[in-house]
Amino acid sequence: MIREPLIFEISDKGKRAFRLPELDVPEDKGVFKGVAIRDEIEGFPQVSEVEIVRHFTRLSRTNFCIDVGFYPLGSCTMKYNPKINEHIASHPGFTSFHPYTPRELIQGNLKILKMTADILSEITGMDAVTLQPSAGAQGELVGIMLIQACLKDRGDPRKIVLIPDSAHGTNPSSAHLSGYRVQEVKSNAAGTVDPADLEQHMNEDVAAFMVTNPNTLGVFESDIRKICDIVHSKGGLVYMDGANMNALVGKCRPGDMGVDVIHLNLHKTFSTPHGGGGPGAGPVGVKKILEPYLPVPVIEQKDDLLNFNYDRPQSIGRVRTFFGNFLVIVKALAYILSLGPDGLEEVAEVAVLNANYIRKCLEGIYHLKYTTPSFHECVFSDKFQKEFGVQNIDIAKRLIDFGLHPPTMSFPLIVPGALMIEPTETESKKDLDAFIDAMTTIAKEAKENPEVLKNAPHTSYVRRLDETQAARNPVLRWMPDNKNSSDTQN
Amino acid sequence: MLAKIGIAGAEELFFEIPEDIRLNTALDVPKALTEPELNAYFNKLACANTCDDYLSFLGGGAYPHIIPAVVDYLGSRGEFVSPYTPYQAEVSQGTLQAIFEFQTLICQLTGMDIANASLYEGASGAAEAVLMAHRLRKKPKVLLSRMLHPQYKEVIHTYTKNLGIVVEDVSYSDSGSLDRADLREKLDDQTSVVVSQSPNFVGVIEDLAPISALAHEHNALSVVVVTEPVSLGILQSPGKLGADIVTGEGQSFGLPLSFGGPYLGFMACSKEFIRQFPGRIVGQTVDMEGKRGYVLTLSTREQHIRRERATSNICTNQALCALKATIFLEVLGQEGLRELAWSNVQKAHYAAGECIKVEGVSQKFAGAFFSEFVLCFAKPWDEIEAALREKGIVGGLGLGSNFSELENCALFCVTETHSKADIDRLVSGLQEIMS
Repeated sequence: MIREPLIFEISDKGKRAFRLPELDVPEDKGVFKGVAIRDEIEGFPQVSEVEIVRHFTRLSRTNFCIDVGFYPLGSCTMKYNPKINEHIASHPGFTSFHPYTPRELIQGNLKILKMTADILSEITGMDAVTLQPSAGAQGELVGIMLIQACLKDRGDPRKIVLIPDSAHGTNPSSAHLSGYRVQEVKSNAAGTVDPADLEQHMNEDVAAFMVTNPNTLGVFESDIRKICDIVHSKGGLVYMDGANMNALVGKCRPGDMGVDVIHLNLHKTFSTPHGGGGPGAGPVGVKKILEPYLPVPVIEQKDDLLNFNYDRPQSIGRVRTFFGNFLVIVKALAYILSLGPDGLEEVAEVAVLNANYIRKCLEGIYHLKYTTPSFHECVFSDKFQKEFGVQNIDIAKRLIDFGLHPPTMSFPLIVPGALMIEPTETESKKDLDAFIDAMTTIAKEAKENPEVLKNAPHTSYVRRLDETQAARNPVLRWMPDNKNSSDTQN
Repeated sequence: MLAKIGIAGAEELFFEIPEDIRLNTALDVPKALTEPELNAYFNKLACANTCDDYLSFLGGGAYPHIIPAVVDYLGSRGEFVSPYTPYQAEVSQGTLQAIFEFQTLICQLTGMDIANASLYEGASGAAEAVLMAHRLRKKPKVLLSRMLHPQYKEVIHTYTKNLGIVVEDVSYSDSGSLDRADLREKLDDQTSVVVSQSPNFVGVIEDLAPISALAHEHNALSVVVVTEPVSLGILQSPGKLGADIVTGEGQSFGLPLSFGGPYLGFMACSKEFIRQFPGRIVGQTVDMEGKRGYVLTLSTREQHIRRERATSNICTNQALCALKATIFLEVLGQEGLRELAWSNVQKAHYAAGECIKVEGVSQKFAGAFFSEFVLCFAKPWDEIEAALREKGIVGGLGLGSNFSELENCALFCVTETHSKADIDRLVSGLQEIMS
C-alpha cells in the first residue's frame, strides 16, 4: 500500500488553498514599528485544497472506527453515535455564539445547560450537577476538590484518598493533583472491594474513597451501601467514578447508594463521539452538602431569565474557560431526549446482556480470572494462550485481521494479560457472534500456529509498530531535514 | 441469547444490585422524541437564542474567524469522529499522523522543540504549564501577569491552591504591557515561573525577550500564554524570544465559537523538559517491515502507567479539535496565515483609529496591539452597551468587573470577519450614543 506522506513533504513553494478577500480598510504598514515580527514560518506547509482533501481522506481510511465496525474497547463504551445529534449540534444557532454574548440573547443555550444538568441529576440521583469539566479526568479532579473544600470548611482537612487497585489511572492521578496522598485498597477474590478490608484502611485521616461501580472488571460492587456507611462513619466522603454508568442507567442510581459525588463521561454513556481521543465532557453530580463548592459559574433562574451566578464564596473556583464543552452537551441532551425513560433503561439492559453473552460464549476458551457476575463488560486474560507463547497483544493485533477493533489490553492491572471487552448495547447478535467466532479461531491459532498471531496484524495499512523504538529515540515532529520521505515510494 | 446465558429474562442480570437500591420506577425524564420531533425541539431552542444578526465585537479569549469549508467537510468524516484514543496504532494511523502533523505545526508556530497532542482548552493548559514549571523548579512562587486572561488566572488559582504554591500578580504599565520594574521586584530565588500572555488580555503585544531573560536570571521558567494564536502568523515566535513553555487556546484555528466549547488547548516546550511534559504525545517509529508509522509514545509520563506520579491526570483530550486545527492551518498555509494575521491587525487598527475620533472615546493603552484594543468612554459603559445593543451591536467586553481601575472601559476585538462597513457601523453608532 502506498504510504501517505506528511503534508510537509508534499509542500511546494507558492501553493495555496485559501484566499482572503482584499483588505477593505486603508492599509497602514507602519503599525508594527518596534514589534518583533517573524519572517516566514520555517517548514510551514504550502499545499492546494485538493491535496489537502486527498491527504486527509486517505489518512481517514487507515483508521478503524465505530462507523466501520465492532469496537469493544473495554471501559470506553464505544457505542454507535447517532448522526442526528451531530446534525443538531452543528446548527448555527448553537455554533455561532460567542461565550461572552449577553445572557438575554442566549436563553436557548442556557436552557440546554439547565435541562441537561437537571436530567443528569435525575439519572444519577444527585442533587446538583456541574457541566463544566472537559472530560472524565477533570471531573474527577473537580469531585476531589469539592470534597477537599467541604472537609476544610468543616475544619477537618485530611490527607489520604483510598483507591482500589482495580481503578483507572486517572483516579490516583487526580487525587494526587489536588494534594492528597493515595493509598491503595486491594480487591478481594471476587474482584470487589472487601468491606472488612476497607474498614481497616479507613480512619480520620482519609478524606475520600474513590470507587468505580460497576468496577473495571465489570462487576457491580454489591456492598456499595455498606462501603458508603463505613466511609461516612469515619467522616470521609465517597467519590464514584461513573465511567461505567452505561450499565446502570435506569436500573439504580448512585445517589441512592450513598455516593456523595460522581462524574459521568458524556462521550461514553451518552453517546457523544470520541473524536479519536476527544473532546468529551465530564459532568459532576453532587449531594447537597457539596453543592456550595461547585465550580463557578452556576446556572440559575432569576425571574424569567436564566443566568450565570459567579457569586459563590465557597466555590472551588473556575476549572476551565467559559461553561464547558457546550456542543458535546448539546449532543448528549439530544441523545437522552431521543431515548426517553424506557430507551435509557434499555441501554443498560442490552449493554449488560451483550457482555454476558460474549462472556458465556468465550468462557473456557479464554481464562476468566474473576467469575463474579458481569455487568457491561467482561475481562478475560491470555493465561491459556501464554502456554503457547502468545500474549494478549498478539490476540489483540490478530483481531485486526478479522476486521474488528481489539479490546482494551492489560487493564485492569489486577488481571495479568487482560483483555477487557465491552460490546455496548448498539451491537447486534450478529456482530457479537462475528467477534466470538474470531476470538474462537484466534484461540485455535494460538495453539496451532502461534506465529500467525505474533506477526499480526497482516492486513492493516502498517504492520505491527515498534513502540519501544518510538520511546527510546523520540521523533515527535517533522523536521525539514528528515530523511524519511523515501518510504513514501514504498 | 438469554438461553445461552442461562437466564429467563434480562432483569436477572441485575440481581447483583441489592433490592433496596434498585430503581423501581421509571426515570423522570421527558418521553422519547423521534428524529423529526428532536429536530423541531432543538430548532426552537436554537431560536430562543437571538436569531437576529447582531454585529459582535467580542473577543477576550474566543475569536470569530473564517472557517474554510474543507475543515468541517474533512473533520466530519466518521473515520475521524467515531474512533477513540489511538491505543491500537496499526488501525489508527490516520489519527496518529494527523496529530503528528499537529504537533509539528504547533512547534513551528511557537518556535519550540516539542508539542503535545492537545489539552482541554487554554486555561487548564496554562494551569498545567504552571504545575509543570513547579515540578521542574520546585520553588513555591508563581508570578502571573496582571494582563493574563482573568479566567486563566482563576483556573491557575483553582489548580494550585492546595499544593503549597503561592501566586502573585505582576502589574501592568501605562502602555498596557507587563511592568518589568514590578517583575524585577517580585522575582526572587523562590520563584518557579513567570507567566505572561502575548498578545495580552487587553490586546497588547508583550516584549517577551526581556521578560524571559529576567525569569531566567532567577532560574525561573518563562511560560508564555497565547489566547489568539492567529497572531503567531506574524509575530515573532515566543520560542525565539526565550520562552520555555508556550501554551494557549487554539479555537481560532477552525473551531466555531460554540458558546465556549469544545475548544483546543495546546502546549509546547523545550525538549529538555520532556519528562515533565503533560498529555499525550505521538512519535514516529517503524513497523516490522521497517516502514514508517506513528504511535502514542513516552506514556510512562501518563496516568495509565504512572498513576499518582503521572505528569497530569489528563486522558481524554481534544483530538478532533486538534485535527480540525491541523486542517485549518494546512489550508491557510504559509502565506494564508500571515495574511490572516495581517488582515486582523489592519482591521483592528482601522477600527481603533476611527473609534477614537468620536468625542468622549479614547484608547486606553498605547502599546502595540494585535486585534484587540481597549476603549474608554466618557459615559458609563453599561449605558453605552445597552445603547449599542439597541442598534444591533454587541459592543466590546466591559472590563470593570475584572479591573476596577478600568470601569468605563471595554475590550473590542476586530478580525477578518468584520468588513469596513461593519466597523463604520460601530463607529457611527458610537457617534450617535456619545453626542
